[in-house]
Amino acid sequence: MNKILSLEMVNITKRFPGVIANQDVNIKVNAGEVMALLGENGAGKTTLMNILYGLYNPNEGDILINGKKVKIRSPQNALDLGIGMVHQHFMLVPSLTVTENVALGINFKNKFKMDLKVVADKIKKLGEKNNLNVDPNAYISQLSVGEQQRVEIIKALYHGANFLVLDEPTAALTPQETDQLIKWIREIIKDDMGVIFISHKLKEVTEVSDKVEVLRDGKNVFSVQTNKTNVDELAREMAGRDIELPTVDKKNEFGDVVLKVEDVWAKSDKGTDALKGISLALKKGEILGIAGVSGNGQKELAEVITGFRKVNKGKINFKDENIVNKSIQYIIDQGLGFIPEDRLHMGTVPGFKVKENLILKDYLKYPFCKNFILKPKYIESYCKTTVDEYDIKCPNINTPTHALSGGNIQKLILSRELKRNPVALVASYPIRGVDIGAIEYIHEKLLEARNNDVGILLITEELEELLNLSDRIAVIYEGKILDILEADKATKSKLGLLMAGVKEG
Amino acid sequence: MTMASYFQIITNMLAVAVALSAPYIFAAIGEMFSQKSGVLNLGVEGIMMLGAFTAFYFSWAYDNILLGIVMAMVVGILMGLLMAIVSITLKADQGISGIGVYMLGWGIASTLFRLFIGGVQSISGLQDLQIPILGQIPYLGKILFQHNIMVYLALLLVPASWYILYKTPWGLKVRAVGTTPRAADTMGINVIKTRYQCVIIGSMLAGLGGAFLSVAQANMFANDLIAGRGFIAIALVYFGRWEPLGVLKGALLFSLANAFQRWFQISGISFPYEITVVFPYVLIIVVLAFSYKKFSEPTALTVPYDREFKG
Repeated sequence: MNKILSLEMVNITKRFPGVIANQDVNIKVNAGEVMALLGENGAGKTTLMNILYGLYNPNEGDILINGKKVKIRSPQNALDLGIGMVHQHFMLVPSLTVTENVALGINFKNKFKMDLKVVADKIKKLGEKNNLNVDPNAYISQLSVGEQQRVEIIKALYHGANFLVLDEPTAALTPQETDQLIKWIREIIKDDMGVIFISHKLKEVTEVSDKVEVLRDGKNVFSVQTNKTNVDELAREMAGRDIELPTVDKKNEFGDVVLKVEDVWAKSDKGTDALKGISLALKKGEILGIAGVSGNGQKELAEVITGFRKVNKGKINFKDENIVNKSIQYIIDQGLGFIPEDRLHMGTVPGFKVKENLILKDYLKYPFCKNFILKPKYIESYCKTTVDEYDIKCPNINTPTHALSGGNIQKLILSRELKRNPVALVASYPIRGVDIGAIEYIHEKLLEARNNDVGILLITEELEELLNLSDRIAVIYEGKILDILEADKATKSKLGLLMAGVKEG
Repeated sequence: MTMASYFQIITNMLAVAVALSAPYIFAAIGEMFSQKSGVLNLGVEGIMMLGAFTAFYFSWAYDNILLGIVMAMVVGILMGLLMAIVSITLKADQGISGIGVYMLGWGIASTLFRLFIGGVQSISGLQDLQIPILGQIPYLGKILFQHNIMVYLALLLVPASWYILYKTPWGLKVRAVGTTPRAADTMGINVIKTRYQCVIIGSMLAGLGGAFLSVAQANMFANDLIAGRGFIAIALVYFGRWEPLGVLKGALLFSLANAFQRWFQISGISFPYEITVVFPYVLIIVVLAFSYKKFSEPTALTVPYDREFKG
């Protein structure tokens, strides 16, 4: 195995049934440099990297290492060549220990015995040398996201990687952890490591990389040395047009408290306490942001308010009525809207037509239905209007919903919830994985609803989004609200510390 | 009755239970391997049926029990290969393909039985093999060390399969492909190959379990010889939380209940025997209902692996 001095992907094309994920894509990275691969969701970044790692076979194109053509037909080939990859969704077996996860990739000579102690020792040494400390005997399921990422990197290094691909490595990290990772990457490239850093976060990209390659709709659209560009230019290239995200205009007058959560306790799916005495108050016409590293109770919070999860203790007052453990139907009827985290499976019925999903909360009511019979004419005209009004891009309203892009599915859900004129809205990760054009639109609509006196609980991991939209920001940590900040007094670093559980003073 | 005769009854019952548990252990440990790798093989019953017939046929026609047992394993391997092709390579729904394998095995076995044997035939069967010294221990010797060789084999299979699963590189692979096949794939593990191996080993053991019934227990073959044991074996895997020791406990508990109901029937106590026959099955349903917790299940169970699937 030779050291990778340069790695090229030439004219890569990959087609999936009905879509071209990559078309004639070219990239080149040298040892000792960081190339950022920038693009929106669905631009083809991950597909390209899965080809490099042997998970997908390209339809056309070549991969060159040190100028020589190589065939990568499986992850084993990639590992043998010295390519290590940290996937966006970690590739770890949660029921195994750190050591066992690393040992999975080892070709043991003795088929009847494995010496895991030797492996554990080597992991310890690698960790100390590279400043990636992790307990080799811990089970993956016990580790935090940041620790799991360290395990992924150690795994790659253990197997002799001298070229690293990091796919959206900062997606679930706090700002401080992100800074640490960026520093770490700048450090390791000094040992002639080549790095591909995939992201859609512009600021990180400019901080970490030596050069940037922008993909849009599966094609190369822009490549530049990082020191010759700026965030605005990159944003424009990424989206293909000028983008201006709306920001909140400061508001001092809010309505009455519409949703009040008092000392609520609830369990997670695993039976552990996920919410440990949460208290919040949401006013009419206010956006209350919930910041936090995912897995700290956000999902459970949204679910207790909307009636999906049992509350063990505490009160939730909605319009001065305790709705704890009331039926979901009842809570919907009181005027609480919900944009769920899992938009495809919880927000819609994926196999249903667009029009069927649009009336999913009202199909029993007049004028959609009369004497237990649906009124197809009214439904058709209502749905056509809605699709136009909310700019939901779909071939027609009879298209199955799962065929729509993430952004359009989100617009569909948003239109369904907002057209019911909710009193309050719980929005969980409304822009996760949607393209920048849809983000712009969704944010405009949320702000419009806020100005129409809707109280909005905005749960998200994107700090930019929180700071742009919220009137107040509450930080959730291990099932408790650690602090609530006025938006104009909140900064990224302040929020970052709180998200890590550190409260000053 | 005296104290000694109570001991006698209990000892007999336990000895019978150990012998009865052997086919369940073979089939359930086999199914455990299959499920650990992510494949639910519902065809166990049919494979056991075919294994039982094959073992009996060769023992009867060639007067060679060893040949019969080996052929039962070969047939098990072939049935496993079929299940693997359909459910792993062709990615058919595992529940349906398993039922197909069950019906195929059952159909072939009963047809061949009619063609080549026809009526009730019996063989001398495997003889008990008393282990020197250990077999002499009071009570314990009778319970554990006076059985035929396949019973010892079944009992040895439990620690052996534990060692394989938890102490060898291959076992580590099996545990990984059954929970997160994609993660295993990115580490260079051949998910498809590992699953094939597990399904085939599992079916081979099911064939062995079937062979036990015809050549080491009943010493004959009939269409209703297996009597649902293959399905009970699948339940025992869930009961045992996908652990060899758990499977053993389940097999012993169920067999003890069976031994008890047999004793009860001949004990002379007046009680409708139809109800006592049901007792072991009710017991296992009750225990399953109270012990079933989802979290130790191989999370990729029943999900075919497709590297290029965009989820």
